[in-house]
Amino acid sequence: MNMLKKIWQILKSPTSAGVGVVVALGFFGGVIFWGGFNTSLEMTNTEEFCLSCHEMNNNVYQEYKETIHYANRSGVRATCPDCHVPKEWTHKIIRKIAASKEVWGKMTGLIDTREKFQDHRKSMAMREWKRMKENDSRECRNCHNFEYMDFSEQGSRSVKMHSTALASGEKTCIDCHKGIAHELPDMKGVEGWH
Amino acid sequence: MKKLITGLVLLGVVATAVAQKDDSSTDALVNNGGVESLRGKAELNETRQPDKLKRVLKDREVVERNYVHQPPVIPHQIRGYKVDLNSNKCLSCHGWKYAKEVGATKVSPTHFETRDGMTLSDISPRRYFCSQCHVPQVDAKPLVKNEFRAVESLSHE
Repeated sequence: MNMLKKIWQILKSPTSAGVGVVVALGFFGGVIFWGGFNTSLEMTNTEEFCLSCHEMNNNVYQEYKETIHYANRSGVRATCPDCHVPKEWTHKIIRKIAASKEVWGKMTGLIDTREKFQDHRKSMAMREWKRMKENDSRECRNCHNFEYMDFSEQGSRSVKMHSTALASGEKTCIDCHKGIAHELPDMKGVEGWH
Repeated sequence: MKKLITGLVLLGVVATAVAQKDDSSTDALVNNGGVESLRGKAELNETRQPDKLKRVLKDREVVERNYVHQPPVIPHQIRGYKVDLNSNKCLSCHGWKYAKEVGATKVSPTHFETRDGMTLSDISPRRYFCSQCHVPQVDAKPLVKNEFRAVESLSHE
């Protein structure tokens, strides 16, 4: 008891040295916490992390493997987080917080079989299309920058669309480029589809 | 002991003879007799180095038809265009709803007909799978000499 009182006394009347220790502890503690936080955040931002769940590995990943964002002539790839997680910090944190719902889905087995996954495909796809539509396909534009598109190198059909609807801002990437990395759900009622 | 050795030697001789006989008979079966075909000089049991894949030509002008009722060929790339129960990428441009706006060729009205000749309000299921008849083109030379020419009514060359 006496010991505790003594410690309390020391804590209550900090010497200047004590203040230094507290500040130093706070500083280094902060560095370690922030470093750890960021490292684990980035750890969840890798393809390996996404594929560690069978829901991702058995469904969307297998479909993605047939597409140009997985394999192509130059070997530049877009992995899961490149399209599904914003690069910029604020947007990234917002997306990460929203993703806690996905953790809940994993825990309750919302899409733990192929059949359940197919049942939910449309709602999940529509949510992602909406997100991309609202942020003007920001994640696409991390790599595909409109300013540097060379129309002389594009096919005539691409030029026709890109120089009009995309250039005027009337449409954004995701409006036309749906299902480029994963299979599509039933497209009945989706704009631009039969 | 002697008997055993003689027996083993005899067995060996017979086995070699059988094996040799086998060899020659398979040889006769796979021998191409020096004839060169589209497969080249490869023997029948040989897996030959495959030809290089040909690249599909990028967007070009509509390709003339060669005969009446020929399904027009696709003058552009179609990598990743899915046609299944959920979606039909081709109809996003060639469907009547979008063709005019996009400047694409419209699906012919014959595609709306059932096999009994009844016209439906949408593409008939039997004509839904585009690439069953319509295919993209690669820049390939004919493998054998070919003097086919389109009928006069379709081409003025």
